[in-house]
Amino acid sequence: MIRVENMCVRAGAFRLSQLNFELPEGSYAVLMGRTGCGKTTLLEALCGLRQVESGRIWLDGEDVTDWDPAWRGIGYVPQDRALFQTMTVEANLAFGLTLRKVPAAEIKERVHSLSQWLGIEHLLHRRPQGLSGGESQRVALGRALAIQPRILCLDEPLSALDEETRSEMYELLKTVRARTKVTTLHVTHHPEDAQQLADRVFRLENGAIVEVES
Amino acid sequence: MTSSTAHSGSSRRLRTRSDTPFVIGLALIGGVYVVLIVAMLVADLSYTSPGHLMNALRSENIQYAIRLSLLSCSITALLCIWVGVPLGYLLSRYQFRGKGLLEALLDIPIVLPPLVIGLSLLILFQTAPGRWVERYLPVTYAVPSVILAQFAVACAFAVQTMRVAFDQISPRGEQVARTLGCTRHQAFWRVTLPEARRGVLTAGTLAWARSLGEFGPILVFSGATRMKTEVLSTSVFLELSVGALEAAVAVSLLMIGAAVAVLVVVRWFGSGTSFHQGQPL
Repeated sequence: MIRVENMCVRAGAFRLSQLNFELPEGSYAVLMGRTGCGKTTLLEALCGLRQVESGRIWLDGEDVTDWDPAWRGIGYVPQDRALFQTMTVEANLAFGLTLRKVPAAEIKERVHSLSQWLGIEHLLHRRPQGLSGGESQRVALGRALAIQPRILCLDEPLSALDEETRSEMYELLKTVRARTKVTTLHVTHHPEDAQQLADRVFRLENGAIVEVES
Repeated sequence: MTSSTAHSGSSRRLRTRSDTPFVIGLALIGGVYVVLIVAMLVADLSYTSPGHLMNALRSENIQYAIRLSLLSCSITALLCIWVGVPLGYLLSRYQFRGKGLLEALLDIPIVLPPLVIGLSLLILFQTAPGRWVERYLPVTYAVPSVILAQFAVACAFAVQTMRVAFDQISPRGEQVARTLGCTRHQAFWRVTLPEARRGVLTAGTLAWARSLGEFGPILVFSGATRMKTEVLSTSVFLELSVGALEAAVAVSLLMIGAAVAVLVVVRWFGSGTSFHQGQPL
């Protein structure tokens, strides 16, 4: 569950103020808005990567406004995927688990099972350079899911993908939702993403969030 | 009809025209500099002989200068990386009051005449804090002064190199690492620094090569005492000052050889293919 109360956040000269919204546990929300309207800034604030000026952020009933990103339990997939270039796909997937000091055998098993249902098992020993857009997106999604996050934040996850790969990713995201029941906030400017995936649709316009009838 | 034929003929020429004249133009203009470097090396080689080189290598003074040069340049390169990495990272990732002033300060060693840096170091060690340091660790006209003089200049280049290296790495990877459980410190060590490894290698190489060629500050701050503060650049000066041009050229060739060897080895280790393909480190 995500609850945002009167949140104000600034990014340079740009400012979002008095944002309020709530997502029930297990829901899949799509946040739409024009390029540059502050969608990424909002995600960064939720993840703890950008300090909020005022207001509160609640995740699963806990006030995490002042928490470090490491403790929020958010799986974040940025628009450019930001895969760790010096690591193999396997190490990318295992990264969060290694930090949590999960035993090596368990990491291996979890990475293996995750890679199997994401369809990236054959890529485990490759490095991110040279992966296709769809493959990179699956790896980035797997890296975020490996830590079993309570919230999944996806920033334009399907942009720059061709139509066929986009359709595959829709199916994959539906599977992720069905299997993990993770509360998801998916940011996009593509209306089809909302039609395909969302059970709640929000628009960010003129610095305010409004819910759209889906 | 005639006009249409002429038009289609000229557009065919336009469509199929070659880039060769453009590339040849670039090569001719750039080639002047390459020819100058090669000409200087050939001139040096033609002015000396294997006998001169062997004589230079047999000289105790030169052997000491080679040892001190290799040692001081290597220590300086490590110190430059030690300082350049954190400073480059801070300048690349953080905005803070006085950043512009700090950047200007860090450019001073690059734009100042090297002699002035040597003089400034000499004066620094005449001040009260400098004299206090000298009481416990003799610096001026001793081996530490060689390293400090090299460091004062070379570190500025290492900082700039590291700053550019970090600028080219998106901070997004660090941000994702932090959401996965890293502290800023862990994200730096596990994600950003490994991605900047080629920058580190370039900064170290640049600092090493710059230190090898450093002369002005060493002459002023360390002196040119044989078997004490003599490095290869001062050997060239000392040989020239006694009129031993052949010996000076022989030492110069040793320096060229050492610099080329280090550049080749570092590029080789930096990327197995970069040396052949001419890619940057």
